[in-house]
Amino acid sequence: MKAAVVVFPASNCDRDVAVALEQSTGQAPAMVWHRDSEVPDVDLIVLPGGFSYGDYLRCGAMACHSPIMRDVVDRARRGVRVLGICNGFQILAEAGLLPGVLMRNAGIRFICRDVHLRVETADSDFTGRYAAGQVVRIPVAHHDGNYFADADTQARLEDNGQVAFRYSDETGDVTDDANPNGSVGGIAGVFNEGRTVLGMMPHPERLADPALGGTDGRPMFDGLAAALD
Amino acid sequence: MTAITPDVVAQHGLDETEYAKVLEILGREPNLTELGIFSVMWSEHCSYKSSKKWLKTLPTTAPWVICGPGENAGVIDIGDGQAVVFKMESHNHPSFIEPYQGAATGVGGIMRDVFTMGARPVANLNALRFGSPDHPKTRHLIAGVVAGIGGYGNCMGVPTVGGECQFDPAYNGNILVNAMTVGTVDADRIFYSAAATVGAPLVYVGSKTGRDGIHGATMASAEFSEDADEKRPTVQVGDPFTEKLLLEACLELMATDAIVAIQDMGAAGLTSSSFEMASKGGVGIEMNLDAVPQREAAMTPYEMMLSESQERMLMVLKPGREDQARAIFEKWELDFAVIGRTTDTGRMVLTHDGAVVADLPIDPLALASPEYDRPWTPTPRPAVLDAASVQAPNDPMAALRRLMGCPDVASKRWIWEQYDHMVMGDTVQRPGGDAAVVRVHGTAKGLAMTSDCTPRYCVADPAEGGRQVVAEAWRNLTAAGARPLAITDNLNFGNPEKPEIMGQFVGCIQGMAEACAVLEFPVVSGNVSLYNETSGQAILPTPTIGGVGLIADVARMATIAFRTPGEAVILIGGADGDDGGWLGRSLYLREVVGRDDGAPPPVDLATERRVGDFVRGLIEAGRVATCHDLSDGGLLVAVAEMAVASGIGADIDAGAGDRDGSSLTAWLFGEDQGRYLLAVPEADASAVIGDAERAGVAARRIGVTGGDRLTLNGRHAISVAELTDIHETWLPDYMARP
Repeated sequence: MKAAVVVFPASNCDRDVAVALEQSTGQAPAMVWHRDSEVPDVDLIVLPGGFSYGDYLRCGAMACHSPIMRDVVDRARRGVRVLGICNGFQILAEAGLLPGVLMRNAGIRFICRDVHLRVETADSDFTGRYAAGQVVRIPVAHHDGNYFADADTQARLEDNGQVAFRYSDETGDVTDDANPNGSVGGIAGVFNEGRTVLGMMPHPERLADPALGGTDGRPMFDGLAAALD
Repeated sequence: MTAITPDVVAQHGLDETEYAKVLEILGREPNLTELGIFSVMWSEHCSYKSSKKWLKTLPTTAPWVICGPGENAGVIDIGDGQAVVFKMESHNHPSFIEPYQGAATGVGGIMRDVFTMGARPVANLNALRFGSPDHPKTRHLIAGVVAGIGGYGNCMGVPTVGGECQFDPAYNGNILVNAMTVGTVDADRIFYSAAATVGAPLVYVGSKTGRDGIHGATMASAEFSEDADEKRPTVQVGDPFTEKLLLEACLELMATDAIVAIQDMGAAGLTSSSFEMASKGGVGIEMNLDAVPQREAAMTPYEMMLSESQERMLMVLKPGREDQARAIFEKWELDFAVIGRTTDTGRMVLTHDGAVVADLPIDPLALASPEYDRPWTPTPRPAVLDAASVQAPNDPMAALRRLMGCPDVASKRWIWEQYDHMVMGDTVQRPGGDAAVVRVHGTAKGLAMTSDCTPRYCVADPAEGGRQVVAEAWRNLTAAGARPLAITDNLNFGNPEKPEIMGQFVGCIQGMAEACAVLEFPVVSGNVSLYNETSGQAILPTPTIGGVGLIADVARMATIAFRTPGEAVILIGGADGDDGGWLGRSLYLREVVGRDDGAPPPVDLATERRVGDFVRGLIEAGRVATCHDLSDGGLLVAVAEMAVASGIGADIDAGAGDRDGSSLTAWLFGEDQGRYLLAVPEADASAVIGDAERAGVAARRIGVTGGDRLTLNGRHAISVAELTDIHETWLPDYMARP
């Protein structure tokens, strides 16, 4: 599998996700500058975490208009797999590739901690190495991860199996206490209709190395590497 | 033209003797711009005029020290051609006036100090001291400071991995915000600030210059009064996005060989950076202020030279490399302007609108700044407290509850969860332990880091307190399994013109110097923050120590959490046969008994070293993976912290059967120094204790891990769940109160 990571000027998880991708694919991903107009020919495009252009406006609101995003949107529409993590998710939502919006955390503060996620479907290239209903531990680190979509959109997401992950407790129960940011329905990650684009607030690349305290994020990269080979 | 009257001179913080020296250096009266330059260059903040004499007495060398104090940050060798660059710096006054921006720009400033030297920042820490939780301003200050630190560091993508947070009424009107950054660099790619080339272009990069922060350095060199809020315009506003661009652009340019010298514009901005580069390089500078990128219209030379606008750098390039450098800064969409060149005149000549607006000799300003031998009176040594005079609690577990939930011991999770502590993917020990550990990217090596100070010891006996702060940092690094390498010191004190305050400063330095020498733990960088007083009320003497140590292989390090039930708990260190009992200035005395007296616990540096070297040897050999040093609250608090970190309980036996009442209290809560708790598999316990005896180190098995309760002598017990709840809820509950 060949992957590319888009680098905005204040991306800051670009190296972290490149390390995780290389660990699973055996090759370093292409790092693509935000001012470029074309992504190289790859199987997976990753929009990493960070602050793109500082995010002094709504997160991702400027990044979705950057030169490279025109091509990312175009590739996504043609079925190239796209993964947006944290700020990448915010950008994908702003770009209209994923439904819904990400608002300020319900508690108003930035939150960095491990959370539990329930895998809602294993039927995608991103989640194929997990089992539906499996509970994994993966960190979040964001100020604006409060996912919201209107009732019609939520119903459509549920009907189409577009919810990828929900915040849950250790046993898989989706509760208010387990929800770090107030996301509607405890939604932590969503797919597009074809499940070829995934946006998620938690950072799977941060727990893909036992030295960092866990490896629950690794199956996502292993699964993508195998599915897109 | 403003006339230079005695009033104008006084407003610039120069006294009569200092102004006479200005006249002598110039041979004429300065104009306002020149006076402003003298004022900031000779401010306490920039010139260290009260502290220099004493700072010179601190040990600053070791075989692994590449660069000691005097540059933007200190540099130490960590082998394999790699080096670590680090420093801690205060932003106390700005953070009290405007907590979010004050703290944010403190973080921005210390990161610039580190990447100015070519290092990529890999970790931030912060040491925070607030007033009493009951003071009406405290909650607002905590919220703002923490959000500001997070807002800046998180955007930069540098993990904030550790620190400390304490409370005392002495900080009611003067909080302390000390920020530390640690970076890594190839040892042959370190950049310095000496502009030793004549005829080379002087280049300004980064943000534009505005009117913010004018006279910040002077403000940081004076006491506060009740009208502190009126000083808000002297606080700068941070722009972490621009700093992220500046970081990446600088590191990209540093990968070439285009730079002769580089210096960030921090306190006293363009003035301090240009004078420092010129003075160190032995050159002069001609600067055209019309070329300085400006954010506001009609800025005067005075304002430009004294502005403390953030996210700016000054560089001297090799002649002819301007276009190569410009291309990099244009890629990152930052301002890039050639604003002058180096000369062989030894003078700083500033032009504006075609006229010379300042013409000053560089070395007399930079090197001949005043140096004072301030009168000082030693702090009277308090009497040693007789532990038997301290009433024993009916139930030690009730005292433990009190301590685990008191502001200084309670979990600071509410704070560090607002910091991204995992970005960069190398945080192998997260906040909450004795030291944070960050892996050196792409290797198995780890950097352990800690920040420490016990102001209640320092105020009682500055020399003893000074020994203790250094030993405590050394101990925390050791407890993680790291070899302590060097420290940065951030010396926060009151008004040095008062002999008793100067006595605190001198005493702390004397103690620190002894400890640094015996522990081979030199000072490589630091910052002095004096005049931390409001309306004449001084803070506690607070010499914050930031320590860095090296772990050869992060697979062999220790954490504080118990690992598994059934392990032996071993107390290491302390005097043999009398392992504990010093209650003077202990947290128990203050929080439970309501007294704050006696002498602080003494640090025996030779024993400290022997005990620590022994413990580290066990961890390095892979024989110990659970270790915690004993500090605030003593033995029982340490055991409780290990239990809370793991969810595993322990059964502790005070032993000998003769300990009860006062002697039991002293054993449980005494803060005797140089001690650690280990948990090891039961089968290994006797070997560890035997080796300790052979090494001349006191060691005794005091219990066993297991269960879901902490039990003492089979009589007193408390559940780990309750301890966790007490420990975790104080700060969030406090912050949520209306």
